Amino acid sequence: MKIAEIKATIINQFPDSVLESEDLAESQLELKADQWFEIATFMKEDPNLSFDQLECITGIDLGVEASLQSRYNFHSMEHRHKVEILITHDRNEPKVASIETIWRIGDWFERETYDMFGIVYEGHRDLRRILCPDDWEGWPLRKDYEGQELYHGIVIPKMKEEDGWE
Amino acid sequence: MTVDALINWFATIGDFPVLAFILAVIISGIPLFLVMALNAMIAVYVERKVSAFMMDRVGPMGQGPGLHAGKWGLLQTAADAIKLLVKEDTVPESSDKFLFKMAPYIIFIGAFLGLAAVPFSSSLQVADFNVGVFYIIAVGSIGIIGIVMAGWASNNKWSLYGAMRSAAQIISYEIPAGLSIIVPIMMAGTLNLQELIVFQSGTIWGILPNWIIFNNPFSFIAFFTFFISAVAETNRTPFDIPEAESELVAGWMTEYSGFRWAVFFLSEYANMLVVSGLAVAAFLGGWQSPIPGLFNTGLWGLFWFMGKLGFLIFVMMWFRWTFPRLRVDQLMHVCWKVLIPITMINIFGVGIWKLIFG
Amino acid sequence: MGVVKGDQMVLNIGPQHPSTHGVLRLEVMTDGEIVSQIRPHLGYLHRCFEKHSENVTYEQVIPFTDRCDYLASMNSNFGYVVAMEELMEIKIPERVEYIRVIMGELNRIASHLLALGVYGLDIGAFTPFLYMLRDRERILDIFEYTCGARLLYNYMWVGGVSHDLPKDFETICIDFLDYFEPQIKEYNNLLSYNKIFVERTADVGVIPADVAVSYGVTGPNLRASGVKWDVRKDEPYSIYEKFDFDVPTGTAEFGTLGDCYDRYWVRMLEIEESVKILRQALKEVPSGDVHQALPKKIRPPIGSVYRRTESPRGDLGYYIVSDGTPVPSRVKMRSPAFTALSCLDEVSRGWMISDVIAILGSLDIVLGEIDR
Repeated sequence: MKIAEIKATIINQFPDSVLESEDLAESQLELKADQWFEIATFMKEDPNLSFDQLECITGIDLGVEASLQSRYNFHSMEHRHKVEILITHDRNEPKVASIETIWRIGDWFERETYDMFGIVYEGHRDLRRILCPDDWEGWPLRKDYEGQELYHGIVIPKMKEEDGWE
Repeated sequence: MTVDALINWFATIGDFPVLAFILAVIISGIPLFLVMALNAMIAVYVERKVSAFMMDRVGPMGQGPGLHAGKWGLLQTAADAIKLLVKEDTVPESSDKFLFKMAPYIIFIGAFLGLAAVPFSSSLQVADFNVGVFYIIAVGSIGIIGIVMAGWASNNKWSLYGAMRSAAQIISYEIPAGLSIIVPIMMAGTLNLQELIVFQSGTIWGILPNWIIFNNPFSFIAFFTFFISAVAETNRTPFDIPEAESELVAGWMTEYSGFRWAVFFLSEYANMLVVSGLAVAAFLGGWQSPIPGLFNTGLWGLFWFMGKLGFLIFVMMWFRWTFPRLRVDQLMHVCWKVLIPITMINIFGVGIWKLIFG
Repeated sequence: MGVVKGDQMVLNIGPQHPSTHGVLRLEVMTDGEIVSQIRPHLGYLHRCFEKHSENVTYEQVIPFTDRCDYLASMNSNFGYVVAMEELMEIKIPERVEYIRVIMGELNRIASHLLALGVYGLDIGAFTPFLYMLRDRERILDIFEYTCGARLLYNYMWVGGVSHDLPKDFETICIDFLDYFEPQIKEYNNLLSYNKIFVERTADVGVIPADVAVSYGVTGPNLRASGVKWDVRKDEPYSIYEKFDFDVPTGTAEFGTLGDCYDRYWVRMLEIEESVKILRQALKEVPSGDVHQALPKKIRPPIGSVYRRTESPRGDLGYYIVSDGTPVPSRVKMRSPAFTALSCLDEVSRGWMISDVIAILGSLDIVLGEIDR
């Protein structure tokens, strides 16, 4: 299916979840977070869409004052078409439904985005950090991330603006 | 010299039977220990070179004596031995210290006792038992106690795994080994190793030496089942699941370092020597020459025995570097469902053969 | 923490272990020898690749990509530059395309040789490892001749490559291929048809096709489960459409479809396919200047791109977000080994510890790529 038809199918099924925006690329579709689980189930099970492969979940920080985003790339093995879904989160309380029961790789991808950005995926069976140690503080890939001073007594070196590492 | 010869010689000097016995045992034990140590040194060097050539490498090399590893790496084993002796002797804090320290020696004792009965030549044998074959098989099971002690006392899950696997493996493979060795015993009618070797003198059809392996098809198969069980007994690949390096780090030997580990190593090579020695004596004619009638006297016996022994040890090393290792349940399957039925059929077969062909 | 039955033992494989292909900790819940659950703990090799790439320029990200999948650095570079060139819409000279394909396929052979050799080592066969490494050394010598580095090349740049092919490169490569093709028979004789190896790997760790797709498993692992998906054929990039090669899939040679043996066998067949591609490419490398299309300053337009390429481990994807400055706003690497490792728990339930090692080896993971 062409990307326009894919978008049209989703928009027809869930008209009030779609957000229009000008700076989206052709293959991107921005959705609201409220019906995400139902939309995801529809995308997997509808025979015309049949997106059975979740390629990648990327967390994006749009700016220090702006919001966070989760971007999902989907691909269908059967129809060989792709789509990209964007979901924006409020910076102070980012959360969205978890889709790890639909695509099993969502489990680890969502844990990684949680670890790096702090986006909480509700309904995830075991949302804990995956790359950082379990008791790490802060969300490293956010633009306003300040690393912690000490970790279990080990000093974490900081990079100074002018003269490099201290 | 057998212990008996020494005791008789002491009897000619004076009448002190108990002291004579103790002295005879000690005097014949020392060369045995030297044989063990020498065997380990040579076997380690040969293993490294054999494995290197099989893997398209050169192995330990050196330019000459001195700080290097000697010409062709000959001093490498000496360097390894010195390193092991001067290593720090660590005993894990939470281990069972007494058992931990005893375990290497128990394994050593098992291998050492087995060596006592191996017939190196018609006159070179420490103790010529009337039940030689039975003795070696029996004493070979002492080692397993040491292995389980080592695994348990290390207080380490990995060692425990290795020890449990090893216990299951060695105990299981004793059975086909024992059943296979019954075949030469049936044919020769004796458990005495020297008599077993003498039974194999002469020729078949004038050209082949009258070794038990060539005697009839059942004993031919019995040799191979014995050899496979022997390889499993000594924990060598493809049966080295207890010390599987890539899975269990080093299995039941994980916590041992330095001299204690050297004792394990020594015992493993001594075990290889014992089972290969038994295979050579029982199936391959022992110290008899392969060319019937020629080169059969005096020190030639030792030469032929060591030659055949060396060949079998080489084959064991060849196995190690060619085959992957079997999983534990596949190992058990091979033992119980494949080797034991074959060995039992062998025993029947040899019995019927002897009945028909005499 | 989940419910732990009374008889269960928790065993730690790693982080220091000869067989975990890197620094990986597997917490294995076992009942005797049978595994009931595995929890992998990652992050021991996390070097903050994605955070670093937000502080350096686009060209300076390329050495970082080398170090993520260090066994297939050329392909890691390849993925990044293909994504960047799609974002910036640069047209690159044909000679550069041919050089990139040649380097990518040589690196694929090297990576598969290492994966198969180490797999043999995990199963206990020591010798094939050395034979395969001996041949891999010759490939690394070719790379050293070209760009000076044996393992981490920083070779493919946005718009070109760093060094042109040196003198007599085509002859050296063809000599290597002529030497190498008969060696594959040697490996097969030693390892692939060995009964013990087959017993250890056939029917073990079967990944059904739908489970594989749901877990995001790609590359040889997915093809071994019967799904014919290869990015070089299905979403072609560079000049892969010009070459004639097959995509080997699992055929249940000795056991069920999607077992460890199929994954091993697919990689062995892929080595032969790469040799085919190399022979075709080396015949017709056009002349030209490899540095001609290098942009003076890399300032991509505002936007984002997600592009995947076929690395030896699977679909390597780069999600790059640009905000118009010379420094990227976000670079995310979607690593194939990450998704392959995620299915380890489900696949190894009910198998023994030796089988866990066999399954882990057959997935061919590189921790540098998983942890980034």
